[in-house]
Amino acid sequence: MNHPSYIELKNGISPIMTTDVPVIEYDIFYEKVRELLIDKSNHCLSYYCYAFAGRLKFICCIADDNTGIIRLLSHEMRPDNTTLKALTPFCPSIHIFEREIHENHGVEFPGHPWLKPVRYPHDRADRMSVMDNYPFYEIESEELHEVGVGPIHAGVIEPGHFRFICNGEKVLHLEIQLGYQHRGIERLFVDKGDALQRCLLAENIAGDTAVGHGLAHAQLIESLAGIEVCEALQIERCIALEMERIAVHIGDTAALSGDVAYQLGQVTCEALRTMVINTTQFWCGNRFGKGLVRPGGSNYPLTEETAGEILKVLEEVERRYENVTGRIYTLPSVLGRFEDIGRVTRPQAESIGVVGMAARSCGIVRDIRRTHPFQYYRNFEINPVTLEAGDVLARGMLRALEVKASAGIIRALIDSWRKTEKSVGRPVYNYKLRPGSFAISLTEGWRGEICHTVVTDSEGNVLHYKVKDPSQHNWMALALAVRNQEISDFPVCNKSFNLSYCGHDL
Amino acid sequence: MLKEIRILTDHGKQYIPDLRKQPVSERFRGRPVISEVITREEIEKVAAICPVNAIDRRNGSIDLGRCTFCNECALMLPGTIGFTNDYRIAASRRGDLVVMTGQTEVLRLDETAVRKEIRRLFRRSLKLRQVSAGGDNSCEMELAASCNVNFDLGRFGIEFVASPRHADGIVITGPVTENMSEALEICYKAVPSPKVIILVGTDSISGGLFEGSPALQRGFIDRHPVDLYVPGNPAHPLTFINGVMDLLGL
Repeated sequence: MNHPSYIELKNGISPIMTTDVPVIEYDIFYEKVRELLIDKSNHCLSYYCYAFAGRLKFICCIADDNTGIIRLLSHEMRPDNTTLKALTPFCPSIHIFEREIHENHGVEFPGHPWLKPVRYPHDRADRMSVMDNYPFYEIESEELHEVGVGPIHAGVIEPGHFRFICNGEKVLHLEIQLGYQHRGIERLFVDKGDALQRCLLAENIAGDTAVGHGLAHAQLIESLAGIEVCEALQIERCIALEMERIAVHIGDTAALSGDVAYQLGQVTCEALRTMVINTTQFWCGNRFGKGLVRPGGSNYPLTEETAGEILKVLEEVERRYENVTGRIYTLPSVLGRFEDIGRVTRPQAESIGVVGMAARSCGIVRDIRRTHPFQYYRNFEINPVTLEAGDVLARGMLRALEVKASAGIIRALIDSWRKTEKSVGRPVYNYKLRPGSFAISLTEGWRGEICHTVVTDSEGNVLHYKVKDPSQHNWMALALAVRNQEISDFPVCNKSFNLSYCGHDL
Repeated sequence: MLKEIRILTDHGKQYIPDLRKQPVSERFRGRPVISEVITREEIEKVAAICPVNAIDRRNGSIDLGRCTFCNECALMLPGTIGFTNDYRIAASRRGDLVVMTGQTEVLRLDETAVRKEIRRLFRRSLKLRQVSAGGDNSCEMELAASCNVNFDLGRFGIEFVASPRHADGIVITGPVTENMSEALEICYKAVPSPKVIILVGTDSISGGLFEGSPALQRGFIDRHPVDLYVPGNPAHPLTFINGVMDLLGL
């Protein structure tokens, strides 16, 4: 008889018993993952391991974007074994996960092109590996020079180190060293047993994505604690998520304009962003939406007054933003700095597993709201905006198009909300998680897909918590985007992705 | 050019004329007020749910240097605990961030605690270097927003600069991670003396939610004198701006 090599589940709905996940031999696991990832409609959401009963238990989640199915594959490793044949040479998108497993648990992956450090976590396997001895890629040549930037940057942003190898003005290679922001978040999810603490941790994974991560966490808890949420609350959460998307996209438009010295675009978009986040503050008291998403209920249920305010502000913002972006993206002096700069091709993006708006800017329809719908998106068809060019201009223009789309989505959501019976209760903090279970939760934040997974022990305590921010996939795209570009184009390339340091470093 | 002018006219004046008195949403959570008739049982109840131990079990005070402004205590005891939308909550002494029960008066920075040279040297021009040491990017974005077209901190000669060599002080966000501790120290040393240190956000003041995480190394905060504490999660631009204005005596 043929035993199944994986178990299938769907986003945020049904937790499964960990004992129901088939544990297969690594050779079979290896072949299966390879086979699945050859199909371009599949991509790896997360691949990690944790110590359990003296063994390392590996879990790989692969999403099928056509059917909305998530396949869960698992294998185990005894302590006397420390090597696994690397998947990366055949599935480059796995590179970051194998590096992470290597860094956290000391597992060797023969065949992996480069198991360089990911984030120098406090509980890494090799304490001799420190920020100062990062193994930078080097090219020996008298013609070349290196430019190091960071960890502290010129602007008011998070820390990370960039090292360019340049031939004159041209960048041959960019090495991105991260880890400065590592706060031990995943460990704290396990150590802090309190429900409210976990909510706050989730909101603080990346403060610019408080709603995206907060929702991923709330969904995960609800799935594992068997909490149903009413339709009105589902709609409210989607509205909050779209407002977050609009606010950041407009802020990024300001930053992109500022980087090419187009002040008009910068100041007007800054002011528009202020209007949007002040509306979020009007709703929940916090400009970033911290406190808005909680498991099981809400402390700030949407009211007719708030809905009216959102619609009013949105109408004004949408109109003005359209006028400004209409100017920004037709102005020759701006286009000259954006067009054909920092290009990531579709094959590159597919191979390294780029997600979110960066993927949609080079023609890949990858949007969890559509492919693995959650909350009210299940009742609501999202048609993701895509562009083909994959350059800074495409990433900039995609933002403009997504702001417009999100504004339309919010209006439709508020329409549905008005027709829905409202029974949003207070948040649930005294939940009990189902013991011995695994659950996964995906959301589409403004950067892209966010994935939280959790494993509980036999008592229902959190045994392992894993967070994946879209930045984990997309930093590599930035490194590829600047190849063969002028080094002076790095700032616009960087802003066009606007990746998270803390979301990556955790 | 005409198009540009039309866009600008359409946007109108965006700057906030009086940063001291700018109203914010009613729901914004700033200075808390705790009723003096709060009972021992009530204190125990809210202290037990506080995710960051900001409520003192002995006297019911709230430490804004630890508080993440999650509002759960106020929701549990409406009428007894409440967060006002008063955003002027920065202080020059750590202890001044503690709000006692029955305390209803506004918080104002204690002038006597400000070093004399700060006002003498930096009153008309203060250049700051921002260092994020594990910040979640919300405080960083609020600091950047302090300089935007709405808040326009530059009007007072206060600016964020690109190098510690050009700076009169540093503004720290984040709980100070071990991986960032050395870079923070180097940056501070590179700022010419005399220099100020400003901590922005609950994470940087006390470690906040991350207190006790093995990934932190907060030695820097313990070793160096701090001139201004700006609470919040994140700190609102108006909290930061008013705090700095008070520090400089503007």
